[in-house]
Amino acid sequence: MLFKSSKISAVVEWGTLLISTVLVCFFLVVVIWEIVSKGAGQLSWDFITKVPSAGMTKGGILTPIIGTVMLTILTALFAIPFGVCCAIYLNEYAEDNWLTRTIRASIRNLSGVPSIIYGLFGLALFVQALQLGTSLLAAGLTLGLLSLPYIITTTEEALMRIPNSTREAALAVGATKFETIKDVVLPSAMPGILTGVVLTLSRAAGETAPILFTGAAFYINNSNGYLNQEFMALPYHLYMLSTQHQSIEEVRPIAYGTALVLIIVVFFMNLTAFYIRFKYRKSATEM
Amino acid sequence: MKTKLSARNLNISFGTKQVLKNIDIQFVENEITALIGPSGCGKSTLLRSFNRMHDLSPDAKITGTLQLEDLDLYAKSVPVTQIRKRIGMVFQKANPFPKSIYENIAYGLRINNLPCDKSIVEKALREAFLWEEVKNDLKMPATRLSGGQQQRLCIARAVALRPEVILMDEPCSALDPVSTLKIEELIIYLKKKYTIVIVTHNMQQAQRIADKTVFLYLGEIKEEGPTHKIFDSPENEMTANYIHGQFG
Repeated sequence: MLFKSSKISAVVEWGTLLISTVLVCFFLVVVIWEIVSKGAGQLSWDFITKVPSAGMTKGGILTPIIGTVMLTILTALFAIPFGVCCAIYLNEYAEDNWLTRTIRASIRNLSGVPSIIYGLFGLALFVQALQLGTSLLAAGLTLGLLSLPYIITTTEEALMRIPNSTREAALAVGATKFETIKDVVLPSAMPGILTGVVLTLSRAAGETAPILFTGAAFYINNSNGYLNQEFMALPYHLYMLSTQHQSIEEVRPIAYGTALVLIIVVFFMNLTAFYIRFKYRKSATEM
Repeated sequence: MKTKLSARNLNISFGTKQVLKNIDIQFVENEITALIGPSGCGKSTLLRSFNRMHDLSPDAKITGTLQLEDLDLYAKSVPVTQIRKRIGMVFQKANPFPKSIYENIAYGLRINNLPCDKSIVEKALREAFLWEEVKNDLKMPATRLSGGQQQRLCIARAVALRPEVILMDEPCSALDPVSTLKIEELIIYLKKKYTIVIVTHNMQQAQRIADKTVFLYLGEIKEEGPTHKIFDSPENEMTANYIHGQFG
C-alpha cells in the first residue's frame, strides 16, 4: 500500500513538472507560429532592402532595420566599456564597505526600473538638458543607461566566479593587480561577460519605450542613421503599424513581417553569443 | 650555511584574531625546510607572508621584520612585484593560467621583462620534469593536463623566473601517490639551485624530502631542527604527539 501511494505521488510530481513545461513550450510555439505563419509571406529581398513607401503601405523596412542596427551599436559603444569597467572596479578594487554595498544594491534595483522611466529620464537629460534633441544619439545613450545595470551585474557575476587562486597565480609570478585582471581574470571571465553583453543588447534592440520620447520617428523619408537626427527603429515601427497607422488592416502583413525580422535579428544576436562562448571554451580558456 | 630568508618577531593578525605570535625563523640557502603542524596552526599564513600574499587581505596586520638576505620585504621602497619575482610560490591546488602550456611559462617572463623564447620555456619545463610529456603539445590549454602535470607546470612557471626562494603550500595534497613521488623527486632536485620552504600535512613527505622541519602549534613555533631529530627524538611533548598522529 505504502509502495503504491509513493508510486502515485511520484507520478503526480513528474506529471506536474511535465505539464508545466509543455504548457510553457506550447505558448512559445503558438507565438512563434503566429508570427512566422503571418509574417513569412512578407519576407523577401525587397522587404529588407527597400525603404517604406506609399504611406508605409508598400515597400520594405530598410529604414527601421538600419535604425535598429545603428541604435544597438551606439548602445554597445556606450554601455559595454562603462559597464565592464564599473563591474571590474566593484569586484576587484572596491573595498567591501557600506558604500560599495549601497552602490551594488542600487545597481541591482536599477535593473528593475520600468523601461518607460528610462525613456522619460533620457528625455529630460539627453534631449532637453544636454540639448541633443530627439535624435539617434539621445536614444542610444538612453538605451545605454538601460543596459548598464544588466551589463554590470552579469559582468560582476562572471568575475565573481573566477576563483581567487587564479588571481594568486598571476600575482605570484610578479604581475601587478592591473596585469592580473587584464591578462588572467578578464580572459577567464570573458565567456560569461560576452553572454551577458549580447543578451542585454538583444533586449535593448527590442525596446520601444525608452526610444519613444528620445528619438524614434513615426516616419522619415531621408536616409536613416545620422547621430543628430530622428530615426526609425524596428520595435517602434511595429508598434506604430499595429496601433497608430490610419489603415491598420492594410499594413497588418507588414507589421507581422517586421515582427519576424525583429525576432530573427534578436535570434541571430543570441546565436552570436553562443558561438562566442563555444569558441572560447574550445580555445585556451577551458575552465 | 647562509641564511636566505628570515622572520624576526613576526606577528600576524586578521581582524582581532592573532594567527602568528612572535615568530623567529631562518631558512638556510639550498635547503628544504618543512613547516608542519595541525590545521589552523598558521603555517600557510607564515609561508604567504614572505611573498606578501596577505597584501590582498585588507584586515591583515603584520608586524616584525621579514628579510630576503638583507632586503626588508615590507619596505615601502620595494615593489611587491619584485619580491614575488624573487620569491616564487606553488599553491595547494594547481592553478595554471587559462592559457596554453607555453603561455603559462612565457607569461611570467614577459611581464617581468625577462627574455622569453622557446629555449627558455623548454629549460623551465625540463627543470620541472615535464618537457618530455608536453613537448609536442605546447599550444594545448594547460587545463587539459592531469593534476600532477598541472602542478609540475606551476612549478615550471615558478622556476622560469629564476627565483631565489620557492614557497610551496601543500603542493601534493590534491595528488595521487605516483604524482606526489614525482613532485618530491623534483623538489629534491630543485634544492641545488633554490631555497625551498614547504608546508605539508604529510609526515612521511617531510621525512623524505626536508633537511629541516619546523613544528608550529597555535601560531607559535614549538620546535625546530634537523628533520631526523624532530622525528626521531623530539624534545617537545606536543611535537611527539603530533608526529605520532595523536592529534592533528
